[in-house]
Amino acid sequence: MDPIILFFLFGVLAGIARSPLRLPSQIYDFITLVLLIAIGLKGGVELSKLPFSTLLPQSAAIILMGFLLPLAAYPILLSLGKFQRADAASIAAHYGSVSVGTFAVAIAYMGANNIPYEEHVALFVVLLEIPAILVGIMLAKGLTKDTQWGKIANEVFLGKGVILLVGGLLIGWISGPEGVESIAPLFVDLFKGVLALFLLEMGLITSTHLGSLKKYGVFLICFGIAAPLAFSIVGIFVGLALDLSVGGTAILATLAASASYIAVPAAMRISVPEANPTLSLTASLGITFPFNIVIGIPLYYYLSTYIYGIFN
Amino acid sequence: MNKSMQKLLTIITESVLEASLIKDIERLGAKGHTIMDVRGKGSKGLRSGGWDASANIRIEVICGDTVAESISAHLQEKYYNDYAMVIYTSEVSVLRPEKF
Repeated sequence: MDPIILFFLFGVLAGIARSPLRLPSQIYDFITLVLLIAIGLKGGVELSKLPFSTLLPQSAAIILMGFLLPLAAYPILLSLGKFQRADAASIAAHYGSVSVGTFAVAIAYMGANNIPYEEHVALFVVLLEIPAILVGIMLAKGLTKDTQWGKIANEVFLGKGVILLVGGLLIGWISGPEGVESIAPLFVDLFKGVLALFLLEMGLITSTHLGSLKKYGVFLICFGIAAPLAFSIVGIFVGLALDLSVGGTAILATLAASASYIAVPAAMRISVPEANPTLSLTASLGITFPFNIVIGIPLYYYLSTYIYGIFN
Repeated sequence: MNKSMQKLLTIITESVLEASLIKDIERLGAKGHTIMDVRGKGSKGLRSGGWDASANIRIEVICGDTVAESISAHLQEKYYNDYAMVIYTSEVSVLRPEKF
């Protein structure tokens, strides 16, 4: 097991044991900043090597997946989960979007196991962040003229997560591989160490959400595991259709399976305040995030290899 | 009221609301404000401030009676139902009352 996962588990256990251990919040902010820029940079450098003719159809397919995933989750949450409309929409938005933390662990996994993948997948992260939020808001509020699209657009496109990723992508794209070399010691060499600390904090935060699991019942737990599994299969087939490598497909599967806990909660809090934030966070952070990083990522890679074996 | 006595209006709420709140209070007559990052616990649960979703802010505004009341009423109507929020006022004695 990769040591970074152990950092996460350590954080969870420390939290459960009620240790007063905490990362100072500015440190957490800084770590998130470095991670997001690093991810963007890496992807941007790759983008500079790719022609638009490959990128455009890939991007279109990814964005389409981003719109369809929450639309698939919503009716299940509404009918089987018996959640209220706002909550169902919010949870659907969380699961249709991505977790950058999970993505970071996925690329670390590929690196540790020497699995090649298309490094421009960071672009997919950006593309998948946003559609689910828009779908979630539309599902919750309908298409009334009341909806303050300006404020929503501001929150969604200028929010910390998206803007840092896009900034990193642009800088990487413009600078190219040689340009980025001078800053590589921070953003490349220290990436895994920074990620380890990030996961430590995520472990601590996750542990605070475990208590809510009891409150929300079995359906949420089942959904938190079943939805990522189901979505990962969708991701694998999209990867297959786009002719990505096995590693790239596994990462796409992970993106489809991940649930946001930073960008979407903030966007939902502002646009759909009736939705219960603890409910969606318990699902995405308390259940899905740990599941994905401990079991999911290796599983999705195995499934990708298996399905590729059938089709090739 | 003595010219140097003003109201101190304090709002403690979720940090996601910062931008929206500042716009509201300025529109309703606040000449300035002070913001602090805080954490705590209330009826909506523990807000430990460790990361974005559980971070709180405390906004302080010094203003006259009428502005304090109109801000309180507006915030209560707009935010109280859906967000964790606490509002209280106290009387303070200020130097340079002409600023408010």
